[in-house]
Amino acid sequence: MKSSLINMVMVLFLITLVCAAAIGGVYELTKEPIDAAKQAKQIAAISEVLPSFEKVGIPQEKSVDGDVVKIYEATSGGKVVGYAVETFSKNGFGGTIRIMVGFKADGTISGTSVISHSETPGLGDKIDKSKSDFSKQFEGQNPETFKLGVKKDGAGDVDAITAATISSRAFVDAVNRAYQQVKPYMED
Amino acid sequence: MSNLKIFTKGFVKENPTFSLLLGMCPTLGTTTSAVNGMSMGLATMFVLILSNIVISLIKNLIPDKVRIPAFIVVIATLVTLLQLFMEAYVPAIYETLGVFIPLIVVNCIILGRAEAFASKNTPFKSALDGAGIGVGFTFSLTLLGAAREFLGSASLFGHKFEALQPYGMLIFVLAPGAFIALSYLMVLFNKATAKIK
Repeated sequence: MKSSLINMVMVLFLITLVCAAAIGGVYELTKEPIDAAKQAKQIAAISEVLPSFEKVGIPQEKSVDGDVVKIYEATSGGKVVGYAVETFSKNGFGGTIRIMVGFKADGTISGTSVISHSETPGLGDKIDKSKSDFSKQFEGQNPETFKLGVKKDGAGDVDAITAATISSRAFVDAVNRAYQQVKPYMED
Repeated sequence: MSNLKIFTKGFVKENPTFSLLLGMCPTLGTTTSAVNGMSMGLATMFVLILSNIVISLIKNLIPDKVRIPAFIVVIATLVTLLQLFMEAYVPAIYETLGVFIPLIVVNCIILGRAEAFASKNTPFKSALDGAGIGVGFTFSLTLLGAAREFLGSASLFGHKFEALQPYGMLIFVLAPGAFIALSYLMVLFNKATAKIK
């Protein structure tokens, strides 16, 4: 079609209008399922890091280092069985890493799981349990005796992932942040 | 050109990765494993077919001078819709593909097919063209991903070969390995298909 100022403006306006309406409509349509999927994922993430529990309370939010750490108290028969802590580290190789760390009532780490990250596929993404056993070394360790630092740096007892020391450090940083936040609850 | 030929030309003769050398950014960036490569290929194919159909339908309404921005808006919209639907209904696949999906917008194969084919042909033929090129792209990315995964981490489609683990050459998972693997595969592909072309 031959171009003139009027038909160019009109056509582009119409196309963007239709596209914006389509995106807006689909956003509204998918908002609920997306929220539901996110919530289901959160519950799944909590049950992955904690041994059996009956109920999870409303999370306590703590602002630290410019972001929020969420602490979920898991109870069974009215007794606290552990805490699931949604924590983060901004020192990842590809940006912020979010992980869930489970602590038993005595402070022992019962498990970890990665919620989101943008680490390099094949290297840094080994912080994910499905890709390597890196995160399993935290299980059953109490940060009181198991120093949260990378062994290579002489800072602690954690074996870093080969060729992904930055991602490993960030993961340790996130676990450590979770521990620092949940510690006051343990002493009650 | 017969309909069959429109569909099959994307496999070898106009294979986007090995013959046309289009879409190199996702090709090099996402093929760290066979599954990643295949997922990226399938997602791209989906958008390619839809964008070809839509652009072919509206081709007569778009003034020539603004056709590129019009195409890009259509493609970006389709990718955003795909992303929203995937996040809502197949969150597991969305998880693995998450970072790759927005990359589809800047894939020049899609814009290239819109410009070179869909803006001149009927919606049905454009859909066939999109499917053919999409299959070719998916095949190439899976092949490249498999080669890099095998050489780099001694596994294939996530299945680890325990005996070969110590021999994995990490460089193939990294960016330089992408260029090396791509260039050798390209040589082999063009050698093998020289007669067909």
